[in-house]
Amino acid sequence: MKISREDVLRVAELAHLELSPDEVELYRGQLDEILSYIGKLQELDVSHVEPMTQTIPGDLAATHLAAPASVGSLSDRSGSSEPNLRDDIIAPCNIGDEVLARAPDAVKPFFRVPKVIER
Amino acid sequence: MSPATPWTIAGVREALQAKKISARELAREFYAQIDRRNPELNAFLTLCPERAYAQADRVDASIAQGHALEPLAGVPVAIKDVLSTRGVRTTCGSKILENYIPPYDATAIERLEGAGAVILGKTNCDEFAMGSSNENSAYGAVRNPLARDRVPGGSSGGSAAAVAAGLSVVALGTDTGGSIRQPGAYCGIPATMPTYGRVSRYGLIAFASSLDRIGPFATNIPDVATVMAVIAGHDSNDSTSAAVPIPNYADEIKSPVQGLRIGVPEDYFGKGIDSEVKAKVQAGIALLEKLGCKRVPLHMPHTDYAIATYYIVATAEASSNLARYDGVRYGLRVPGATLMEMYRKTRENGFGPEVKRRIMLGTYALSSGYYDAYYLRAQKVRALIAQDFSNAFQKVDAIITPTTPTPAFKLGEKTADPLQMYLADIYTVTGSLAGVPGVSIPCGKTKAGLPVGMQIFGPHFGEARILQLARAFEKADGFTI
Repeated sequence: MKISREDVLRVAELAHLELSPDEVELYRGQLDEILSYIGKLQELDVSHVEPMTQTIPGDLAATHLAAPASVGSLSDRSGSSEPNLRDDIIAPCNIGDEVLARAPDAVKPFFRVPKVIER
Repeated sequence: MSPATPWTIAGVREALQAKKISARELAREFYAQIDRRNPELNAFLTLCPERAYAQADRVDASIAQGHALEPLAGVPVAIKDVLSTRGVRTTCGSKILENYIPPYDATAIERLEGAGAVILGKTNCDEFAMGSSNENSAYGAVRNPLARDRVPGGSSGGSAAAVAAGLSVVALGTDTGGSIRQPGAYCGIPATMPTYGRVSRYGLIAFASSLDRIGPFATNIPDVATVMAVIAGHDSNDSTSAAVPIPNYADEIKSPVQGLRIGVPEDYFGKGIDSEVKAKVQAGIALLEKLGCKRVPLHMPHTDYAIATYYIVATAEASSNLARYDGVRYGLRVPGATLMEMYRKTRENGFGPEVKRRIMLGTYALSSGYYDAYYLRAQKVRALIAQDFSNAFQKVDAIITPTTPTPAFKLGEKTADPLQMYLADIYTVTGSLAGVPGVSIPCGKTKAGLPVGMQIFGPHFGEARILQLARAFEKADGFTI
């Protein structure tokens, strides 16, 4: 694996990072070293392996899902591999003013940013 | 308060009940100690005495009225600065959140205070919990209270140092690849990573969502059990929190360990391990055998791929989670002529070097043309690592390993070499990837006086089992073996 200066600039662009020339060189070398190490993953044959998409198997996390008072809003999905999502019901969350008051720049009820049209 | 007799939860309870001290006086004692020690240790970033004394007064009033004490009544607690605290600055160790004041409390915070705990303040950590030494904090490194020229470990270094130095009775940290267990090992205290989903993460500022967990530091296992009982359990505000019943940890840890099968994977004792660490952990395993546990040799063949897997999965998730820091809604904003320029300048100025490095690595791993080779492959290898654990737990009740390959290293020793720093997590990331619980417990010290940590992994939702072994080990004086 060889990471070029162009690779670093392309990734920085994607990540919205404005790197200094020194940083570009530093990260080029370090990413190169780290990705070379990570290259060891290529040693394994994973052609018949399913990727892990859930940290805890859904059926395990939901197996004991009863409906005690504290989780009353849960639907009973015992034994299913679906995550334990609560019902999609709108609930009040009255922190709007507090959030806007602490935002870098806000004009109630909006956050204010530089003009985005005509970019 | 003398350092020779550290406060425990039981000790606080007894003293409050006997009216030897009030919760307010106790909080004042801890703040006095913090004033003395924190300038050197740098364990706390923000103190919240107003909130702490208000809570202490509530506890004292409740005692005066003759009410029964809540499980954590008056217990001074420290909180890693990645957990949201309403009205109290929460920085994540980053300049980008230097002045961020959350409008709500994390569920874990709400539960602690609901149980009577007194939150003293917020502890230092690696920026956005990314690091293994606490040197990536934008607010300076933390010193290891047991060896001042050494790191306390990371990323929850401030929480570990606070408990080890007696600046709080217990503390919360977070663990993504070892960030509770590794500093616990370096600072010589029990440090617990619960099962993924066991503790609600509502209000935890995200680093890597498929890995992040919240867990306690304490000086003894009964205190760990008490805190776990308070913070564990389902929360409808966190869709990843599990609705699995919580055992009575305080009772379970008293069960005898005789006959338990402890797996010892050869893969964790290979090249790179310090000889004194190896000897101490082997002595620890021998002690567990003496207590009646059956030792079962194990081979976990994918262990060696865990760091590579982890640094793809964790950085990919981090690059996505940290996209939210753009200067629009909260935190730092560096003005720019266009929206895009504002994003870039804000992120360039607000993030430190390790965070940028990980965002770059994660963005690369997810980018077009590389996704299959890196992210998808890492998720497949992650499945193999998880398989190693589920295979092992067919044969054993718990797995015993060293927590770290070496004791605490010197400040500055690894900062120039990110890959060497990553390898400090080599024994902890496996359990993180598999979602299983793990505890690091003290297992004696090296000749130079540096603590060694022994790690116990259990099956999913098996915290009670690993704490039961940890408790038996503690009672047999294993911590000072």
